[in-house]
Amino acid sequence: MRFLLLFSRQGKLRLQKWFTSMSDREKKKIIRDMTTMVLARQARSCNFLQWKDLKIIYKRYASLYFCLAVESQENELLALEIIHRYVELLDKYFGNVCELDIIFNFEKAYFILDEFLMGGEIQETSKQIVNRSIEASDMLQEVRFTDSPCVRREAGF
Amino acid sequence: MSPSVPLQEMIRAIRSARTQCEERGVIQRECATIRAQFRQADNEGRSHNLAKLLYVHMLGYPAHFGQMECVRMIASPRYSEKRVGYLGAMMLLDEKQDASLLITNSIKNDLANSNQYVQSLALCTLACMGSAEMCRDLAPEINRLLRASNSYIKKKAALCAVHIVRKVQDLGELFAPSARCLLTEKNHGVLHGAVVLITELCECNPESLERFRKTVPDLVQIMKGLVISGYSPDHDVAGISDPFLQVRILRLLRILGHNNEAASDAMNDLLAQVATNTDSTKTVGNAVLYETVLTVLDIKSESGLRVLAVNILGRFLLNNDRNIRLVVSQNILTSAATTQKQRISLCIQLYFSFPIPPSRALELSLALVSASNIRSMMKELLSFLSSCPPELRSQTASGIFIAAERYAPSQRWHIDTILHVLTTAGGDVRDETVPNLIQLITNTSELHCYTVHKLYRALHNDISQQPLVQVACWCIGEYGDLLLRGECQEMEPVQVTEDDVLDVLEAVLQSHMSSPSTRGFALTATMKLSTRITENVDRIRSIVSIYGSCIDVELQQRAVEYNALFKKYDHMRAAVLERMPVIEKNSQGHTNGDSTGETIKENLAVKVKQAEPQQAANQVCDLLDLLGGSEPPLQSSPALGSTAPLPVGTAGTAGGDLLDLLGGLEPTAIMPVSVYDKDGVTVTLSCEKQSDSGLSITLTASNSTDSDIRGFTLQAAVPKSVQLHMKAPSGDSLPARGAAKVTQMVVLNNPNKVVNLKMRLRISYTSQGSAVQDTVQVDSFPGLGH
Repeated sequence: MRFLLLFSRQGKLRLQKWFTSMSDREKKKIIRDMTTMVLARQARSCNFLQWKDLKIIYKRYASLYFCLAVESQENELLALEIIHRYVELLDKYFGNVCELDIIFNFEKAYFILDEFLMGGEIQETSKQIVNRSIEASDMLQEVRFTDSPCVRREAGF
Repeated sequence: MSPSVPLQEMIRAIRSARTQCEERGVIQRECATIRAQFRQADNEGRSHNLAKLLYVHMLGYPAHFGQMECVRMIASPRYSEKRVGYLGAMMLLDEKQDASLLITNSIKNDLANSNQYVQSLALCTLACMGSAEMCRDLAPEINRLLRASNSYIKKKAALCAVHIVRKVQDLGELFAPSARCLLTEKNHGVLHGAVVLITELCECNPESLERFRKTVPDLVQIMKGLVISGYSPDHDVAGISDPFLQVRILRLLRILGHNNEAASDAMNDLLAQVATNTDSTKTVGNAVLYETVLTVLDIKSESGLRVLAVNILGRFLLNNDRNIRLVVSQNILTSAATTQKQRISLCIQLYFSFPIPPSRALELSLALVSASNIRSMMKELLSFLSSCPPELRSQTASGIFIAAERYAPSQRWHIDTILHVLTTAGGDVRDETVPNLIQLITNTSELHCYTVHKLYRALHNDISQQPLVQVACWCIGEYGDLLLRGECQEMEPVQVTEDDVLDVLEAVLQSHMSSPSTRGFALTATMKLSTRITENVDRIRSIVSIYGSCIDVELQQRAVEYNALFKKYDHMRAAVLERMPVIEKNSQGHTNGDSTGETIKENLAVKVKQAEPQQAANQVCDLLDLLGGSEPPLQSSPALGSTAPLPVGTAGTAGGDLLDLLGGLEPTAIMPVSVYDKDGVTVTLSCEKQSDSGLSITLTASNSTDSDIRGFTLQAAVPKSVQLHMKAPSGDSLPARGAAKVTQMVVLNNPNKVVNLKMRLRISYTSQGSAVQDTVQVDSFPGLGH
C-alpha cells in the first residue's frame, strides 16, 4: 500500500497516512488529484481506478470517502476488505462512528490505524486483538509514568 | 480515555469560522500560542499542544516548527506524550529531514523498554519513516525482537523488518533465519507478518527464493488449516477464516511455485481445495478466489486445475458485482490468463451489456477471438457494432474485418459478415475495404450468384452507405447476368428484371447522397450491364450519353468514353466489358476461409490488430508447391509493426508502402547478375539490401531476337517464411533487338533470416505467335553473401 486518505464530500481531508517517503508538495498534489478524481465518480461506478502506476480503491461510507492506493500486483478486492475492516474498527471504538468523531478525535483514528496497518501492510488480522490493544494503550495513557508497576505487561496478545 | 479538551475546543473554533480568512486568523493565533508554549521548558499540556499542531498541519498549514517538539516529546517518560510525539514524528518528520536522525536514539531506547506498548510505538514509527541509516543502525535490535518477545511485538517486528529490507536490501540476509522460524507460530498476526517478510525477501533476492522454497509444505499446511477449520470468531470474515492471511499465503505460493515443477506440485491439491471450497457469494470470498486463480495460472499447475481456474474467471465475468468484472477483465488483457482465451470467450457474450468501458470490451473480445469461437464472437461483435458509441465504430469494423479474414469458417460466412458490417456501419469503414471486399468476392466464384443477389437486396433497401453501394454496383455490373437469371442455390429465388436493376443503378447515379467515386462505380456498372442484358441496351445508351455532359469531370470523361464504345468501337464492346479475371493480390494477402481446414497455428504473442495476414495468390500457388510446401501457415510479421489496423495491400502498388516501413538503411547497389538466358531472352537480377531483413530485387528483361515479344510476365515464388511483393512491371512487351527493356521490382522480406534464400522465377511470353513458358531458380543473390 502506498497511502490512505480520508476526505469528506466537500474534499476536506480528515486523515492522511503515507506509507512511502514523499515531499510535502508531492503529498499535496496527490491529495488534490485524489479528491478531484474520486469526487467526480458517479454513484454506481466501480470502486477501482487506475492512477499513474497505482490502483486506487475507494469506498464511500456516509459522508466520508476512504481512498487507498495499492501497487499493481496487489489484490484490489482484498483492499476493499481492508478499508471495510478499518471502518469496523473505528465503529467499534467510537460506537456508531460518524465523521465528527474522526474530526474531533483524529489522533485516536491514527492510533487505531497504527494498530491495524504498519509499513504499508496489515499488521493484525483479528478485530478483537486490535481493539484490546487500543484499549490497553488508552489505559496506559491515563497513568502518569510508563515505568509504574501497575502497568507492566509481559505476555502479549 | 479522556479526549483532549483544548484540542477539541480549537477544532470547534476553527470549524465555526465562517470564511477562509477567519479560519486563517484563528489558526495563526493558535499557532502563536503553541509556539510560545513549546519554548517553555516544562508544560502540562504538551501533548495537547502538539496534537493541535498536528490538526492544523492536516488542514494544510505549515507546521515545521513542531519538529523539534516531536523529538523532545518522544524522549519524554510519559506514555501520553510519547504517543503524540511519535504520531507527530510520523506526520511531520520524514527521512529527508535532518531532525529524523535525532530520534534514532530514542527509538533505540524505547525498543528496549519493558512495556510492549512503548516498544510498539517505536517499531511503528521506524516502519513508517525509518531512513536507511536508521534501519542499518537498528536492524540487529529488530532481529532480536523477532526471535525473543511476545507475539504482539513479534508481528510488529516482522513488518519493521520488511521496511528495513525495502530500504536496505543487503540486510535481508540478517532476517532470513528468523523469518523461517516465525512460520511455526500459531498467532495469525505473527504468521501474517512472517509471510509478508518472506515474500519481501524472495522478491528482492533470488537466492533467498531458492532457500524459501522449502517452506512450501509449511505454507500449504497453514493454508489447509485455515480453509478446512471450523468457524473461528477471532478471524472470521463472512464465513472465510482470515482472508487476509489466506491471500498473502497464496501470493507467496505464487512466487515460490513460479517456474518450479516441484513446488507447484506440492501446492496443487491445496489450490484445488481452496478453489472449490471458498464461498463466492461475498466480496471477501471472491478476493481469495481471485488470488487463487492468479496463483494457479502463474505456476506450473496441472491442466485440470487450470481448467478450474479459468472456469472461475469465467464465472467472475458473469458476476453481478461490477468490481469483480472490472478486475478480471483488466487481468485477462494483461496477464498469462490470456492463454486460456478460448474458454473465457464463452462468457464474453454477456459481457457487452455491462458498464465497462466499451473500448475495453472491444479490445478484450478482439484479443479473445479464435478459430473455435469465431461464430459466436462475431455475433456479439456485430451486435456491438450496432450499439457502440460512434467513435468506436471504425475501430470495431476494422477489428471485425481482421478477425473475419483470419478465422472465417466459410467463404459465405465471410461475405455475409462483411455485408453485415457494410449495412450497419458502412459510413465508418476504411477506404481499403471496398477493393478488399471486391477481391474477396471475385475469388469465391461459386458464391457470385449469392453475393450479387444479397448485394442487390441491400442496395435496394438503402443507397446511402457509400462503401456498400460501391461494392454492390461493382458486383451488379460484373455479375448482372447471374442476378437476372433469377435462380440461386443459396437463397430463395427472386425475380429481378432488367428494368429493376437499371432503376437501382440510376437511383444511385442521381442520388445526392452518392459520392463522385460511387457514381463512377454506378456508371461503369451500368455500362458493363450492356453486355449482360438483352433488352434494355438502349436505356443504357441513353443513361450513358446523359452523363456525357455531367459537371463532374471524371464522370463526364467516363461517359464520353463509354459513348464512344457504343458508337465507334461497338465491335470491341463485348471484349472490353467481359468478366474480369480473378484479381491477384501481389502483396501481403491473407489465407481465406476455406484453407482453415487445417489447424490454425495461433500466434499467442501478437494481438489481432498487429497481425499481418498472408495469402498465396492463386497464380503463385503451384510455384510454391514446387518449393516443397502447402499453403503458407498464418503468420504475423512483428517486424512490420502496424500503423493501420486493416491489412494494407490491394491489387497493385499500394501494398508496397508497407515494406517501406523497413527502410532506413541506405541501399547499396550491386552489379546485376544474369539469371536467365535462353532463346534470346535474358533476365538479369540485381539486389539491394534495404534493411536487416528486407531485400529489394530488380529484374530486367531484354530481347535480343529479331522479333518482338509480347505479353512478357514474370512470376516469383520464395520459401515459406519469406514474404514477397512484386511491383508492377514497367511494361509487357520486349521489342526486338534489345530496343527497350522491361524492369520489375520485387521486394522480399526475410524476418526469420532464412539462410540460402532461393527464388523461383517463371517467365512467360508470346513470341512469333507461340507462347513460351520457362522456369528458373535463383540460388544466390549478389551482394547478399549467400
